[in-house]
Formats: sequence, structure tokens, C-alpha cells
Amino acid sequence: MTADKPSGLVQGTLDMLILKTLQLEPMHGYGIALRIEQISKGVFQVNPGSLFPAFRRLERDGLMKGEWRETENNRRAKYYALTSDGRRKLTSEAQEWRRQSGAIARILEAES
Amino acid sequence: MAVFRNFLSGVRSMFRKESVEREMDQELHAYLQSATQEKMRRGMRHDQARRAAQIEMGGFENVKQQVREASWETSVETLWKDLCFGSRLLASTPMFTAAAVLSLALGIGANTAIFQLLDAIRLRALPVKNSSEMAVVEIADRDGATGHFANRYSNLTNPIWEQIRAQQQGFSSVFAWGPTTFNISPGGEVHNVQGLWVSGEIFNVLGVEAERGRVLTPSDDQKSCASPGLVISHSFWQQQYAGTESIVGQTISLEKHSFAIVGVTPPNFYGVEAGREFDVAVPLCAEPVIRGEDSLLNRRDGWWLTVLGRLKPGWTREKATAQLRAVSPGIFEAVVPTDFDDSSAKHFLGYKLGAFPGQTGVSDLRDTYESPLWLLLGLAGLVLLIAAANLANLMLARASAREREMAVRIALGATRGRLIRQLLAESLLLAAVGALGGMAVARGLTQFLVSWLSTKQDPLFVDLATDWRMLAFTTVVTLLACVLFGLAPALRATKVAPGAALKSSGHNATNPRSRFGFRRALVVSQIALSLTLVVGAILFARSLWRLANLDAGFTQQGVLETDLDFTELKLPAERRHEFKRTMLDQIRGIPGVDSAAAAAIVPLSGDGMNRQVLVERSGQVVQSKADLNQVSSAYFETLRTPFLAGRDFHSLDTLASPKVVIVNQAFARKFFDGQNPVGKTIRIKGYKDVTPPVEIIGYVKDAKYNNLREDFRPTMYTPIAQDEHPDTGETILLRSSDSLFRLIPLIKEGVEKTSPAIDLTFTPFHTLVEQSMLRDRLMARLSGFFGLLAALLATIGLYGVISYMVSQRRNEIGIRMALGADRGIILKLVMQEAAWLVGLGLLAGTVLALAGGETASALLFGLKPWDAATFAMALSGLTLVSGAASLLPALRAARVDPMVALRDE
Repeated sequence: MTADKPSGLVQGTLDMLILKTLQLEPMHGYGIALRIEQISKGVFQVNPGSLFPAFRRLERDGLMKGEWRETENNRRAKYYALTSDGRRKLTSEAQEWRRQSGAIARILEAES
Repeated sequence: MAVFRNFLSGVRSMFRKESVEREMDQELHAYLQSATQEKMRRGMRHDQARRAAQIEMGGFENVKQQVREASWETSVETLWKDLCFGSRLLASTPMFTAAAVLSLALGIGANTAIFQLLDAIRLRALPVKNSSEMAVVEIADRDGATGHFANRYSNLTNPIWEQIRAQQQGFSSVFAWGPTTFNISPGGEVHNVQGLWVSGEIFNVLGVEAERGRVLTPSDDQKSCASPGLVISHSFWQQQYAGTESIVGQTISLEKHSFAIVGVTPPNFYGVEAGREFDVAVPLCAEPVIRGEDSLLNRRDGWWLTVLGRLKPGWTREKATAQLRAVSPGIFEAVVPTDFDDSSAKHFLGYKLGAFPGQTGVSDLRDTYESPLWLLLGLAGLVLLIAAANLANLMLARASAREREMAVRIALGATRGRLIRQLLAESLLLAAVGALGGMAVARGLTQFLVSWLSTKQDPLFVDLATDWRMLAFTTVVTLLACVLFGLAPALRATKVAPGAALKSSGHNATNPRSRFGFRRALVVSQIALSLTLVVGAILFARSLWRLANLDAGFTQQGVLETDLDFTELKLPAERRHEFKRTMLDQIRGIPGVDSAAAAAIVPLSGDGMNRQVLVERSGQVVQSKADLNQVSSAYFETLRTPFLAGRDFHSLDTLASPKVVIVNQAFARKFFDGQNPVGKTIRIKGYKDVTPPVEIIGYVKDAKYNNLREDFRPTMYTPIAQDEHPDTGETILLRSSDSLFRLIPLIKEGVEKTSPAIDLTFTPFHTLVEQSMLRDRLMARLSGFFGLLAALLATIGLYGVISYMVSQRRNEIGIRMALGADRGIILKLVMQEAAWLVGLGLLAGTVLALAGGETASALLFGLKPWDAATFAMALSGLTLVSGAASLLPALRAARVDPMVALRDE
């Protein structure tokens, strides 16, 4: 009954990953899920229960835009594309993430 | 920006709900297909791939629900749905809904009404710009001042005001004002309106501009102005002149002097006095014209003004007070009354001026009504608490009836939070409707209270316009009530184990007691609170009864006060006594008048005079204060104050004859050890001189002087015919066994025959006495109402719980009866249960009432808040009522047919 959190994903990180996958080209929902899984080499398995609410959120905030298009095998799917706001957000989020994870990594190394 | 976009898209999708849903559906289908294809590509069979993809996805509806929850408009929609569902549910039980809304409306309404009155006299700021800069300038501790006091705010004299204006530095500007009444009738019977004496600065300082014409300025208020212009209030313009456009330039008669109206003040400006409204405002300089020889303007001992000012930027009240204190000695030195004796002058010179909070204006109503209103607000709060507890009980009963529904919904996957939200929406709906009803009740109640507390001489004014403070108060009270009666039942109702609830079928032979315990606790607290309220009600009723039935020393029924004003006749002082005697004789001659007498002070009117009295006893001079009244012969006969010894005044006691005095018992106790003082002599002290010895010729019973609550005070009566400064008015008290209202035209006719230029005012003496008990009657009536309401609600609550208990234990009762218990035993069983609840409640209530009683003690007359008889009455009354309330369900239990009860299982 409670929403399943993607395994090991820090809250808010999913949004950034979705934006990142869209950086190169517009993609549809399953494509995004697949890409995240592939690139992370199966570490992150995103399930639709958290993926679609995230789509709704990001679309609402104007960070990406949905459009119905033909897929490569002649079906219709909703493709999401980054907006300029989305690009800006991704850049700043990624920077912030690098800054933080770098810091955390340094702390962990210092401990050991 | 993002928030705005989010909001817009949320609103849009609310209106395009279906297409949004359809799109989501399609998107999920597309996802499922892609996932299936991907899996087939990896070598799965079609049906396997599809199944795996579906399992991964974890339920179509589930995902959709999660997407919906990610957007804010869904919660709005759910709330709306909950409200709709709630209102359908409430509509299906109209009795319950009506009872709930009515009790809430009464509770919220009573609270709001009393808060509104408090708001008007205590909290609301003056209707002027930047009211926080306003401060009152007055003497910090002005006890024991001597002189003439003109009105309810006799703070300062005009000479002091002029000194303040000249010497203060902390204010950008200051103004003086004083309330009064003006007779606007050009002749015949008096028509009084509420007036203000104002200095020319007032409107400029307050920042009030004219609605029509212009406001007064300092140039209107020049020394010895003959007939200056005046301004009238918006409401007076509307009522007296029907809002006529050509108002500016019209003339109005004040005490038979004609004045031109130069302007009208705006609708929201009622003056500077909270709880009262003014009709006309007249410059101070016109006071000698209107008051004639009674003018206080140039008198150094005439107290009739209050000063307010606007602090300069950067000045605080503390700083202004320091400056005022520094200049005080010089100010009082310059204006000390020349005829004061040394001790009075010394006292006067010690006064210190200061700046006091003025944001809410001034109000003597605060002193009279603020603490009773806070107390009443507390009582009303308790009533609301009882109403909320009652409602909580009813909601719990409903909740247990819906136990299966809740269990089913939880089993189907609803979260507990979701169910609580829905139940709370129902409570919120009830509370909101109750609050609306409460606002209507409050409006009526406030209007009733204001008109009830207003008297002809002293109309109250409360701005009934809804202000934010009142709205905020009502909202908070409503939400509080809603949480009180809604939350606990909702929490309980949703705490069900679906399995157990679904298995059991309504009636349980063994109902878990914990669930029922909460309802009992509610009833116990209801009884406790209602006992407190009933005790309060009885206390105030008994206090009022004592006040109304005490021996005041006079009989007020059948006495009419007639005020004559013959200023217009312009009689010289030496002819006034003779004229007054003629008038009195004329009134005594009217058929139906049993006796009549003149008096300078009408008891309980609030007016008063006192003097220092010197009595020589065994070589030592005793000096003390005593109240004074100047009366004619037959005064004591008219008021039925018994003579104990000596004689009444008679026609031979005149200015030419030796001075004589009549005293009361308190006077004899104070100065003569309670011995009969007739034949002894006293000396009476004026400002400077002391009279030669005055002989006591009469000794009368004690009578109240200022108000009914006071202890009898030493009082002396001197012949009104021996007054050395007779004025141009006379108050005549007359007694008749006839109807007083039949007498009025006869008196008018007789006086008019003497001269049509004499003004007349009539007041039945008993209304004066009743008005002096206004506050006590307010307390008695409202607390009585609250007490009754509380007892009623608590009784209903008790009845409900005992009935519920009986219905829950029907099986048990059936078994007991089948095993041989007779009706008496069953009756005893139920009544014992009720007795426990009532007993606990009454015990807690007694403790509560004893603890809270102290707050009421200052308002009670002649009894203490822990009055045993009151508690006995309240306890026995509530025991009786609650006994009856539990007997009904107990009898029902005793009539249970064991066969039927057991078959139901």
C-alpha cells in the first residue's frame, strides 16, 4: 500500500537520472527505465510505480515535455523531451551532486 | 514560476479529467507493450513476457493511483468527494444532523457574541489612522480630588488642559474632549442626544475628514466664541435628517441655543469612546453659552475633560510621561483652585501627569463589563466543550454502526489515513454549517445584549460589522470544536481489525470495554462541566435575588422622578427657592399624588456629593467624610425611609432660620457610637470655611446612596431650602398608588400652565434601581441560559451512553434473565452503571466549580462562590435529571424479553 522506493535511490535522485537520460534525445517511458537500468549496469531498477509519478512531477514543473509519437516499431508512445528549464536544472543538479558525492567520498576515504 | 505553472496545469487537468486519465492509460499500455517486446527480444515467449512485464509493473491501477497522488489537484478532488459523501450521509440522518448543527450553532454563537462585545469595548482600535500612536494624557493617581465632576471621564479641568497644550512636547498635537447630553428640543418635553465637547484640534489629530462640509478646526474653538459651528455624526445625519443633502448650513437647537451645522463626520467614526456613539460635537468654547451659570470652562475645580494626543515620531509613551512629569509641578502650581484649603491644595499640587495607552480609545464600560464578559466567554467556552463532547459521543455511536463498512474498506486496501480524512471531512462539514448558524445566532444575541444593556440615558453602541478578529475567532473556535468532536471518533472508528470485525455480526456478547471507556469518560466530563455551569448559574441567580430583595432603605415602586429645568425663566437666585416651593406645592396638589419631595441627589443615580464633618466629642474633634443630600420635607415619607427619632424638615427651615440636619444610622455609628444623635451638633466643612454648629433634628434608617452593593454609608440630609446657591433646576420625587404613566400628562399640564418654558423629564424610580442591577441581571440571565443548555446537553449525552450500553449488553441481559435474574436486578445493574458515571462527574464537577469559583467572587453579592446551599441545589438538581435520563433506558433493559434477545445472536 505504501509506494515502493527504488532500491538504493536517494530521494530526488530519480528526477535527476530521468533528466540525464533525456539529455541526448527524447525517449518514451520504457526507454528511460531501460536506459537507467542499462547504464547503471542493473544497480538501479526503476519500477513504473515510481517512474510515472516522477514523469507527472517533472512535466508539471515544466522541466520536460511529453509528445505522442510513432515508435521504431510503428506503435504510438509518449516521448519526453527536456525543456530549456530542464537542461538548466540538470546542469545545476549534476554539479551539486558531484560536489556532494565528492565530499562524501573524501570523508569516507579519510575514515578508512 | 514553476509553482504557478504547476498550479495552472493542475487546474487544467481537473477540467480535462477524462482525457488526462485516457492518456495515462495509453501511456501505461505502451510501456507494458515495450516491456513485453523487450522481454520477447531476449527470448521469452509472448505470454511469459507479458506476464513478467505485468508482474514488474505491479498492478495497473496501483501505478495510476501513485501518479494521481503525485499531483496536488487529486487531494482537492478527494476532499470534494469526501465532502459530497459526507453531506449525503448527513442528509440521510436528518435528526442527528439537526441536533448536531443546533448544538454547535448555539455553542459557537454564544462564544462569538460575547467575543464580539469584548472586541468592541476592549480590543478594537479607534477608527482613526495609525491608532497605535494615540495616547491618553491624565493624572496618574487622582484619588481624592475635590470639585465638580461633570461626566464619566472627569479627568482634567479646562485650565489644566490649556497648560498641557502649551507645555507638552511628546505629542505632535493633543486634543481635549468630554461626553455630555444635549437637549435638542426647542421647548416642551426634552429630547436628549449624545454630545461631545471637543477642542478644535480633535479632527486634525485623529486624521478624520468630513463626509459633508468640513470638520472643526482650532479656529472654531476660540475663547468666548458666541455661536460656533458644530459637526454631526453620520448616523445622526441619517436618523435625524434622513440624510438630506442640504445638511450643511442648517441650524440645530442645543439647550435652546441655535448652532449652525458645518459638517458631517464619516460613517466609520463613532468618536473616541469604545461602546458609545456621539450625535453632535461642539467646540469647548461654546460651553459657557450652553451651560450658562453652571459652566465649568473657567473653573479650576471643574473636572470634565479627557485629553488624547498623537505621539511624535520617535517618542514613546515612557518618554512622553517623563516629560509630562517634569512639567507637572509647574502646571498644577499655575491652576490650583484659589479657594482650596491647605490640605486640598497640597494634594492637588502633588498630582503627576502621564501618558497612557490610547490605541483603543477610552471606555468606562471596560471597568464595568470587561471582567464579566471574560467570565461569560469562559462559561460559553465550557458550553461549547460540552456540545463538542456530546457530538463526539454521537459520532462514536455512528462509528460503531459503521464498523463493518470501515473493515470492508480497509480489507479492500484503503489506508487508515484515507478513512480518517473522510470521517474528518464529515465533521468539518458539520462544524462549518454549525459555524454559519453560530454567526447568525451571534448576530441576534449581540443585538439583543446591546439593546438590553442600553438605557435611555446611556445608549450603547457596538459596531456589528464583521471584522477579521471576529472571523478569526469563530474559525479557530470552530476548528477546535471540529477536532474535539471529530478526531477522536475518527481515530477510534478506523482502529478496526478487518478480520475480527467482519467475522462478528453486530451484537457482541463481549464487547471490548476499552472502546466503551472513552464514551464514558466523555459523559463524566460532560456532567462535571455542566455541574460547574449550573453552580455558576445558581450563584448568579441567588446573587441577583439578594440584591433585588435587600432592604435598600427605600421602596422604589410607585415613585416617579420628575426633573424640572427652568433656566429659560432667568430667575434671579433670590427668587428661586420661592419658585421651587410653588412648583412642589403645585405637584403635591395633583390628584393621585400621595406625597412629593425635592431632592438634589436621587439615590442610585450615580450622582453624589460629600463633605468633611467635624464632631466634637469629649473635648476632641473627630473629622471624617460623609455623603450629603439636600432634600425637602416629606422626602423620607415619599421614599418610605423610616424615621427613628426626631422630626422631618418643615416650611420654617429656610435660609433665614438656624441650619439643621438629619442623619442616618451609619452616620450615628460613625460619629456617635450608634447613639441617638438628635439634639447633638456637627460642623460641616466646605473648601475653606467651616459652618457654625448645625443641630441634628432627625435620625433616619440607613438607605443606599450610590449603588445597591455598597455598605450603608454615613449620610446627612440638609434642607434644600437652606441651599445658599440654588440652581435653576429641581428634581421632584413623587409617590402615587396610581399608575405613574397616568400621572405624567397631569403633571405636564400643570407645569405648562405655570410656564411653557420649563423643560420636563420623567423617569420611574424603579427603572433607575433596576438599571443599577444591569450587570447582575446580565450575569444571572446569561449564566442561567448557559447552565440550562449545559444540563440539557449533558443529560442527552448520559441518556445516549446508557442507551448504547443497554443495547450492547442486550445478550448479556437476556442470559442473566434466562438464568433467573428478575427485572429489579437488571434495573439495578443499569442504574448502578449510571450512578457511577454521574457520581464521578459530579465529584469532578464539584472540584472544578470550587477551583473556578474564585473568578466569580468579585461579581457576586452577599454570597461566597463556595456557597453550600448553591452546591446542594446544583448537585441535587443534576442528580435528579440524570437519574431520570438513565431510568428510561434502564426500564427498557428490564423489559428485555430473554427469548428475543437470545434468538438474535
